Amino acid sequence: MSKQTLIPIGPYHPLQEEPELFKLYCDGEIVKDVKWETGYNHRGIEKLSEKKSYDEVFFLVERVCGICSTSHPFAFANSVEEIGNVEITNRAKYIRSIIGELERIHSHLLWVGLAGHFLGYNTVFMWAWKYREPVLDLFEMISGNRNSYAMFKIGGVRRDIENNKIPAIEEVLSLVKKKTDLLVGAVMDDPVIHARTKGVGVLTKEDILHFAAVGPTARASGVDVDVRRDDPYAAYPMVNWKVITAQAGDVFAKAEVRLLEMYESISIIEQCLDGLKKEKEGDIDVKVKHIPEGYGLGRAEAPRGEVFHFVVSDGSNSPVRHKIRAPSYTNISTFKKSCVGQSISDATISLAAVDPCYCCTERLAVALDRNSGKRIMNAKEIIEHSTQITNRLLKNV
Amino acid sequence: MSFKSYCFKKSLWLFHFGGASCNNCDIEILDCLTPKYDVERFGMVLVGSVRHADVLLVNGSINKKDKPRLLEIYEQASKPVVVVAIGACGCTGGIFAEGNTFAGPVDKIIPVDAYIPGCPPKPEAILAGIVKLLGKI
Repeated sequence: MSKQTLIPIGPYHPLQEEPELFKLYCDGEIVKDVKWETGYNHRGIEKLSEKKSYDEVFFLVERVCGICSTSHPFAFANSVEEIGNVEITNRAKYIRSIIGELERIHSHLLWVGLAGHFLGYNTVFMWAWKYREPVLDLFEMISGNRNSYAMFKIGGVRRDIENNKIPAIEEVLSLVKKKTDLLVGAVMDDPVIHARTKGVGVLTKEDILHFAAVGPTARASGVDVDVRRDDPYAAYPMVNWKVITAQAGDVFAKAEVRLLEMYESISIIEQCLDGLKKEKEGDIDVKVKHIPEGYGLGRAEAPRGEVFHFVVSDGSNSPVRHKIRAPSYTNISTFKKSCVGQSISDATISLAAVDPCYCCTERLAVALDRNSGKRIMNAKEIIEHSTQITNRLLKNV
Repeated sequence: MSFKSYCFKKSLWLFHFGGASCNNCDIEILDCLTPKYDVERFGMVLVGSVRHADVLLVNGSINKKDKPRLLEIYEQASKPVVVVAIGACGCTGGIFAEGNTFAGPVDKIIPVDAYIPGCPPKPEAILAGIVKLLGKI
């Protein structure tokens, strides 16, 4: 048996902007096994959520992840509105979709930039991040903040997009479209990028189904899933768009899916803006006075895949149980397949290819006793404990 | 000229420690390096090891797992080092201060020289904060 070398990446590694520990077990240059460790980012959001009222939870779930800070409120709003059977106005639906798609554009631009950076192609990094700025400026114009927009509430949205702001948004969209053409050209026609990404980190359709991966990671391997189409919400059933898929399953296919998705997002926003012009200004929310007892499931398609929120209500003004599952949670497990057998230099781009977001993914790993510091529960026991609590709550509802 | 101001006279190198954050501040720090803001024109670059850095940027609330690591990283830094707490979470713990894994805002763990509030602070605010701090030194 040959000797294996352990190469740690992280937790505070210049490659990643988030704390995360990867252990690559290598034989020579070839990665034999991958393990990853979380917990550096755990904030106890599900527990905090039980202390807050429904209106406050929106600000909390927005801070689950800063990049996809609309998808979590989206899924939470979907789940609470399912409990209360709330039907929102068309204008609110359009605004929600516009915010969701703008976020997809800026998140995909961010990924393209980071992927270029991991390949050592810093020009793409600088370009993509430069053209991401106009989108952030749009957010600042609409909501007052570049990230964490606080646009959602139960029964609608907090702020209107007035009709006089629509031309400015259309202007930025046409700029972003032009720059996307440029990036697509830079990525699709570059022989170096082809050489570095084609056939690297391949995930087959079976792997995707085995690891239950979601979002662009799944769509790049030919698995046609998209919550926006499969479980329609907000304005997505009211506009024309198509789900982008690719077949190869390698890093290049993932880049292709994300880049082409940006065109779809631009088209969705344009159609939503046309829809906004027909609706009455200011008609953005319905009053919700009471959330009844019950439970609700909410799903939303984040830039990285499906976000799932489960909320149990006992009729009071705060949730009694709030379960969050972010897309990276399942996507990260595909590393076991995509990195193994690659060389170390290809492993980094394979890790980055699923656009992992660790702050979404954090889970409690062990429970320690407050006084003695002894370990009282391991991960498996915590999961069992959590299942028991959920079942007990469901019986009472 | 004091020794401390002599140390910070030339290009500053930054090391970024992301605590238990929501990633927003991390992205805004990276944003400072990209063409629109471009701090590299002042000679500021992100470096891979805190041993090479003059400024330690800390963002995010610090949880129990981060705390010993933050202390270790602070001890490894070659002194004098300037510590900047970025964002509402770095300054006070922010929305996560009530969380069950929260281990204290940054200034309870290591000495902090400057606070840049905001959730997240804009890149302009981060730049202004660092420039203001250097003016004081």
